This record gives sequence, structure tokens and C-alpha cells, in this order.
Amino acid sequence: MLVTISRPLLWLFIVGAGFGSMVNIPATANYKQFLLPGIIGMTILFSSVFSSISVVWDREFGFLREMLVAPISRATIVMGKLLSGTALSLVQGTALLLFSPLLGVKLTVISFLLMLVFMSMLSIAITALGLFIASYLTSLEGFNVIMNFIVLPMFFLSGALYPMNALPNVLHWFSLINPLSYGVDAFKHILFSSGGMPVAEFPLLLDIGVLFIFSLAMIALATYSFERKG
Amino acid sequence: MSIIQVTDLVKKYNGLTAVNGISFEVKQGESFGFLGPNGAGKTTTINILCTLLSPTSGTAEVNGHDCLKHAHKVRSSIGLVFQDITLDNDLTAYENLKFHCYLYNMNKGETEERIEAILNVVGLYDRKDDLVRRFSGGMKRRLEIARGLLHHPKVLFLDEPTLGLDPQTRTTVWEFINNWRKKEGITVFLTTHYMDEAEVCDSIAIIDHGRIIACGTPEELKKMIRGDTVYLKTADDSSAMSELKETFGIKAAKLHDSISFNVESGDKFIPKIFEGLKTAIVSVNLKKPTLDDVFIHLTGREIREENGNKPGELLKMRRRG
Repeated sequence: MLVTISRPLLWLFIVGAGFGSMVNIPATANYKQFLLPGIIGMTILFSSVFSSISVVWDREFGFLREMLVAPISRATIVMGKLLSGTALSLVQGTALLLFSPLLGVKLTVISFLLMLVFMSMLSIAITALGLFIASYLTSLEGFNVIMNFIVLPMFFLSGALYPMNALPNVLHWFSLINPLSYGVDAFKHILFSSGGMPVAEFPLLLDIGVLFIFSLAMIALATYSFERKG
Repeated sequence: MSIIQVTDLVKKYNGLTAVNGISFEVKQGESFGFLGPNGAGKTTTINILCTLLSPTSGTAEVNGHDCLKHAHKVRSSIGLVFQDITLDNDLTAYENLKFHCYLYNMNKGETEERIEAILNVVGLYDRKDDLVRRFSGGMKRRLEIARGLLHHPKVLFLDEPTLGLDPQTRTTVWEFINNWRKKEGITVFLTTHYMDEAEVCDSIAIIDHGRIIACGTPEELKKMIRGDTVYLKTADDSSAMSELKETFGIKAAKLHDSISFNVESGDKFIPKIFEGLKTAIVSVNLKKPTLDDVFIHLTGREIREENGNKPGELLKMRRRG
């Protein structure tokens, strides 16, 4: 647990300290505060992807087959993996959230609960995406490719480190189709609501809608692809 | 009554035909050996039967359910032990079995008793709270077989269950399987390329290059080889040979220090030699045909040959193709 949250904390304090002076953000926020929702998003991103990729691990070591030949539906397997991945991400995200007072971000009971809801939504969305990808991976070698070409760009283009508006046109488009952007944006809405800092870039309802529809689509695709390929 | 019924089964992977129109049936309660060299299509067939693969054409039924249309019903009537270990290393032996009970939706009242009983039979009860990671290969195998039997399956599929085990462990694993088979009336479907394991099966199908080339009981298959081989050492081989020809009408072959010939049933023929032959006999040796001989007879090569990459093999295969 200590090890898993130490990485986001390193990001928060070291990258926060270095980038702070270079990035143009609305004057009222300090950069470490700006970074907090992004780093929570990053933690959820990595932990969700890792837990869904465990399907590939199970496949390589045969344990997946024990489940595939059992009289349970493929949807049950996908749901089980989805819930375990979400629970793990939620615990890690929450642990990080508890650091917010340290950065001067006010955390009320209501904003804490709202954060739990949105962190769950983001975790479900990312884990479902991971499961869909994992259903196509037959070996762990493919995992590095996924890390480099999907997970890292998703992180950098999510508005976690700098506002998406600051990105050049093409990259900005990528950030608009990135589910993580909407999760991080929702976090910004919740965490900075009292301070009135205009850091969020989409309406909150859009964030909720995108995460919801994206999750449903990914769950359906992952289930379908497990059904077909086993 | 047949519990497995396979008709004209074909499986192609990207132009490669792994299984090429095979048909066979397995009767309830028997042990069925599926025999063939590596790459002959054994594992493909087993994967179709346990619903992990869908056939290109043809049908497969297990326990009266179609493997494609009623996969769910097939899955609940079978137990599986795969070629490679499919246990969760990070769970204990007990937890692995418990997870299996959840997967198969077993009655909660029964599971504890059943797990305890089955762990005792495989001799792992003392180690039930140890992580599977710390188990030896043989222990993992025993635990997997225990797991495969946990949910009262009608058919237990064993894909090379003793691959890589030492002879002593192989024996214990087999004793265990056979005891449970008799106790619970389970049908065992086994693939192997160990001939001695196949010998004890009730019936056997031999598969090669995706086709079944022979089917029957081990005895029936061995009859394909004309009789037994008798080896004789005598005081005078050439006079013994001419005597054999005159008295019994048998043409014997001269080996370097003995003579040999084939007869229908060697055990009944040996007493007749002692009565009929004037030449003094030094020793008699009788060789019953083995399944190895059957395989050689049918394919012209040994079953284990294809494991290695001998250059001659390629030639042979090309000639066959």
C-alpha cells in the first residue's frame, strides 16, 4: 500500500515543484493543487489497467481456463474482474484523496462522498477498457505496447498535468476522445467547487454522461469479445 | 449408452487442418485413451469437447448436450485437468478448491465435507493451508485432479495428466484416478503419448495428422499385429529352422544368435515347440505386441519420434504428405 501510493505522491511533489513555474494555469490555483485531481486520475488509470491486464497473466499461467470451462457465463467473469479492479482503484484513489488538506484543498464530507462516486465511475470505465484490450492480448509481451501507446498518452493528454486547452490542435482532439479527461475534469469540478477556480473545462453533466456511456460500451465490448474468443 | 459422441469433427486454424473429420464415441463409465504423437490433434479435440474451441464443422456431444449450442450444460458435467497447471499460485490448496466450489455453484453445506474428503484422498490434507506456490509438481497435479473431481463431474478430461512427473508420482496419480473412477462411476477421457498409460484404458482411439487411424480395445488393436513374436535360442539354429518348417509350416527368421517367428497366440504355441522339436532348446522368449508396435504398424514410425527435430523426420513427413 505504501509503495503503491508513493509513486503518485512523488509525482505530486516533485513534478509539482518543477512544472509549477512553467505551466500556465488560472492564477487562483497553485500548481500542486491543480495537479491533485490529475494524480488521482493517474493512480486510478494505472491501478485499473494493471488489474484488468491480470487477465492476460491468468491466461498465460492457465488459471483463466479454470474459469472459462466453469459453468458460469463470460459476463460473470468480466463483471468479477471489473468489480475487483474498481475496488482496488478506489482504495488507492481514496488514500491519495486524504492528502488533499495537506495541499490546501478543502475536503468536506459531501465533496469526499462525491469524489468516491466519480472515482468509482472512472475506475469502472478504465477497467472495462483494460478488459476489452486484455481480451485481445495473448501474451504479456503485448503489455508494454499497451503501456506505451495507450496508457501513457491517455495520462499525458487528460488535462492531468496541464490544461487541455494548452495542447496543439491534433493533441487536443485526442484529449477529447480520452475517457480519463472527463474523469479528471469531474474531479476538478468537485475538489475546486468551493474555491470557484475555473480549472474544469467541460460541464459536469458531460463528464458524467461520457463516463457512463463509455463504461457501458466497454463492458459490452469486453463481454462480447470474451464470449467470442474465450 | 455413450456419454461422448463425436461426428465428423473438423477444426481448421488459418488454413491448417488440426482435426480432419473424426468420429468416435465413449461409453459411460469407461476409461477412454486418446493416443497420438504431439501435434496430432489431441488437445484440439479436447478443447472442442470442453467448449473452449468451436469446431469448423461436425458435432460433438457430451452427456447428451451439444458442445456448441449448450456449452453451459456441458461445462457443468465435466471436470478438467489440463496439460499445464491451472492453479492459482497465490492461494492455498484449500482456497483453490473453495474457489472452484463457488465457480460450480456447489451446495454450501456439502462443500466443506467434500473438500476435506478429497484432500485426504490425495494426501494433501496436512498441507491444505499452504500456498500452492510452495507445492512440488506432483502435489500440484494431485490437487488439480482433486479439483477436477470436486463437483461430481460425469466426465473427467485429462490432457497428458502425468507429463513431466517422475514414475513413482505417476503411479500414485493413476491409483488415485482409478479409485475415484470406480467409486463415483466417472468416465475418464485421457490423452497421452505414454503407451503404458494407454494400455490400461478400456478403449483407445489412435489419432495421427488429425485423423483417427484405429479404434478399439487395447486387445483388439494389438490383434492388428499378426500374433506374438517368439524368440528361440537353440543348440543348432539351422536345423531348428528346417524342423519348424517341416513340422509346423512356419518360416522363422535368423537373427544373430537366435531365431524368431510370429504365431497367432505365442503362449499356446510354446508347449508345442517343446513337444515337436528334436533340436535342444536353450531359451524361449515371447514378446506380446504393445501399442507402440500397433502405432509403428499403422504409421511406419514410432510415436515419440516427432518430439525431436531429426532431419530424417522431415523427409518422412514430406513423403507422407
